[in-house]
Amino acid sequence: MIIKTIFAFINAAIIQGIPLLFGATGEIITEKSGNLNLGIPGIMYVGGISGIIGGYLYEHSGAELNPALCILIPLLSSIAGSVLMALIYSFLTVTLRVNQNVTGLALTTFGVGIGNFFGGSLLSFFGETGSISLMTTGLCFKAKLPLYDYLVSLGEPFATFAETFLSFGFLAYLAVIIAIVASFFLKRTKAGLNLRSIGENPATADAAGISVVKYKYLSTLIGGAIAGLGGLYFVMDYTGGAWTNNGFGDRGWLAIAIVIFAIWRPSMGILSSFLFGGLYILCVYIPGLSSSTKELINMLPYVVTILVLVIVSMRKKKENQPPASLGLPYFREER
Amino acid sequence: MNRTEKHQREPLIHITRRADIPLAKAWLIRLAAIVSALIVCSLLIVAITNYNPIEVFVKMAEGSLGSPRKLMFLLQELSMLLCISVAVTPAFKMKFWNLGAEGQVLVGGLASAACMFYAKDSIPNALLIFLMLAAGIASGMIWALIPAVFKSVWGTNESLFTLMMNYVAMQLVAFFIMVWVPNGSNVMGIINMNSQNGWLPDLFGQKYLINIIIVFILTVVMFIYLKYSKQGYEISVVGGSQNTARYIGIDVKKVIIRTMLISGAICGLAGFLLVSGTNHTISKELAGGMGFTAIMVSWLAKFNPLLMIVTSFLIVFLQRGAGEIATAFRLNTSVADIITGIIIFFIIGCEFFINYKINFRTSKERREAKQ
Repeated sequence: MIIKTIFAFINAAIIQGIPLLFGATGEIITEKSGNLNLGIPGIMYVGGISGIIGGYLYEHSGAELNPALCILIPLLSSIAGSVLMALIYSFLTVTLRVNQNVTGLALTTFGVGIGNFFGGSLLSFFGETGSISLMTTGLCFKAKLPLYDYLVSLGEPFATFAETFLSFGFLAYLAVIIAIVASFFLKRTKAGLNLRSIGENPATADAAGISVVKYKYLSTLIGGAIAGLGGLYFVMDYTGGAWTNNGFGDRGWLAIAIVIFAIWRPSMGILSSFLFGGLYILCVYIPGLSSSTKELINMLPYVVTILVLVIVSMRKKKENQPPASLGLPYFREER
Repeated sequence: MNRTEKHQREPLIHITRRADIPLAKAWLIRLAAIVSALIVCSLLIVAITNYNPIEVFVKMAEGSLGSPRKLMFLLQELSMLLCISVAVTPAFKMKFWNLGAEGQVLVGGLASAACMFYAKDSIPNALLIFLMLAAGIASGMIWALIPAVFKSVWGTNESLFTLMMNYVAMQLVAFFIMVWVPNGSNVMGIINMNSQNGWLPDLFGQKYLINIIIVFILTVVMFIYLKYSKQGYEISVVGGSQNTARYIGIDVKKVIIRTMLISGAICGLAGFLLVSGTNHTISKELAGGMGFTAIMVSWLAKFNPLLMIVTSFLIVFLQRGAGEIATAFRLNTSVADIITGIIIFFIIGCEFFINYKINFRTSKERREAKQ
C-alpha cells in the first residue's frame, strides 16, 4: 500500500515537475547569455494561452479534426506567442539597453494579463459562455507512448513502472530531451562556449569576434520558446485542454528558483524540477498534516533555493557561480 | 565587391551615448512615448472590442476620478504604491536590486496583524497602534537585513535572494492565517471588528487620510535624504561605482546594510499602514503585486521621490480606470495589466532615445566610403 503511494507520489512529482523543467531550461539558456529574464512567468502564461487559442480556433473551424494537426497547431501557436514575448524582452534589453529587471517584471505583468484576459474572454468573443475546454486537443496531447500499453500488458512489476514513468504525453519526454540537448549544447559545442563567454564577459567575447547581439537575441528567443512550452504542457496535458484564470499560479517563479538550485546546468535541472514538483505536492501525500503545517511545507522549495544560493556564493567555486554579467546591459562603446 | 571593401563601409546606423540632453527635450521624448503607448492601446481596444477608444479612455478617467469617493480610493491606492516605491528607491540608487519589497511589506503587515490579533482589547488603542508600528517596521527591517548581509559579506546575488524571500513571506502569512483561523476557511476576517482596536482613526471623517498624509511626508523626507544628506550622497557614490566608493573611504558594506535597513523599514511601515489603516486584516495578497509595480514606478521616476507621485499616479490611474472599463464594456479585468504593460514598455523603451543618440549615415559619408 505504502509502496503504491510512493509510486503515485513520484508520478505526480514528475507531472508537476515538467512545466518547471521547461521553464528552468528556457531560463538557463537565457541567463547564460547574461539576460536575467524575469518575464519567464509571463511568457509561460502566454505560451499556455496561445496554445489554447490555436487549439480553440482549430477545434471550432468546423474541419474534420486531424490528431496531428490537433497537436501541431497549438504547438506552433504556443511557440509563436512565447517567441513574440521574448522578442519584446530582447528588443528592449539588448537593442534599447533598458534595465533587465524592470523589463522582465513588466513582461510578467503583461503576460499574465494576456493569459487571463484571453482565457477569461475568448469564449465571449465567439458568443459562447462557460469556460474553455478543449477535450479533443487535450486528449491528443495526453496520448501515451505505445510502449506504455505494451508494458502494462506484461503485468507487474512492469505495469507499475509504466504507470509511474511512462504515463505522460509526448511533451513530458520532450522536456527531458530538450534539457539534455541544452546541456550538451552549452558544454560541448562551440556555439555553447560562445554563449557562455558572452554571459561571463560580453566585452571580451565581442573582442574575440563573437556577435553579442545575435547570441543574446537567439538565446532569449529560444529560451522563451522552451519556457512557453511549459505553459502549453500545463494547459493541454495537465488540465486536459482547460483554462482557469491564474491556474498556472506561481510556477514560473519556481522555475526561476530551479535555475539557481540547479546552479545553471540544464542536466541538473531535470532532477531538480522533479524534486521541486514533489515538494510542490508533498503536503498532499503526507497523511495527518494540519493545514498550517501544509503551508510550512509549501515554503520548502523557496527556503531550499535560498540555501543553495547562499552556499554557492560562500564556497565561491568558479564553475558554480551565476554568469558574471547577469542582469547587466552591454554597450560596446562603454568602458 | 571583395570582402575588405565591404568592411570599410560605414554602417547605416551608428549609436553614441549622449553626454547631456536638454530637460525639455527629454520630457518631450517621454511624452511622445506615452502618446504612442496610448495609440497602441487604442488600436488594441478597437481590434478586440470594436469600441471607440476615446469613449473608452473617457470612461477610464470617469472611473478613477469621477466622484469624491472614487478619488479617495485612488489616493489611498496611490499612497500605498508610492510608499513602497519610496521604500525601494534608496536600494535601487545603490544598484541593489531589491525585488523583495512584496515580502517585506507582507511580514510588516503580518507582525502588525499579530499584535492586533493577540492584544485584542487588552491594551489601549494608542499603545497598540504604537506596538503594531514598531513590530511592522522591525520585521520589515529583518526581512531586508538577511539578503543585505549575505550580499555585503559574500556577494550573494540579491535580486534572486530577495525574490525568493517573497514566497517565504507569503507562505508564512498563509501559515499564520491557518493557525489563527482554525476552521479552514483560509480567510482571515476583519480583526477587532467591534472594538476597532488597533485601527488608525479617521481624520476629518476621511478613512484613509492618515495613510495619505504619512506617505506624503515620507516622500518629501526621502527626497531630502537622498538629495541633500551625507548618507544620500554615499548611496549614489556606491551606486555609481563600488571601487570609487572604497577609494574615497566609504565603508561599502555598512552603506549597503544601512540602506537596506531603511528600505525594509519603510516596506514594513507600508505593511503596517495596509493592515492598520486600510484593510484591518491580513492575507497573502496584502501587497497585491505592488512590491513589483513599485520597482517600475521608482525606475520610471528616475529614482526621484517627488516624480514618483506622478508615475505612481499614472499606474494607479491606469489600473483603476482599466478596472472600470472592464466592467463597463464587459471585458475581463486583466485588460488593466495589458495596458499597464504596454505603457511601461514604451516609457522604459524611450529612455534609450534620451540616453543615446542615433546617427544615420549621411549620403556624403556614403559617397566617401564608396571611393
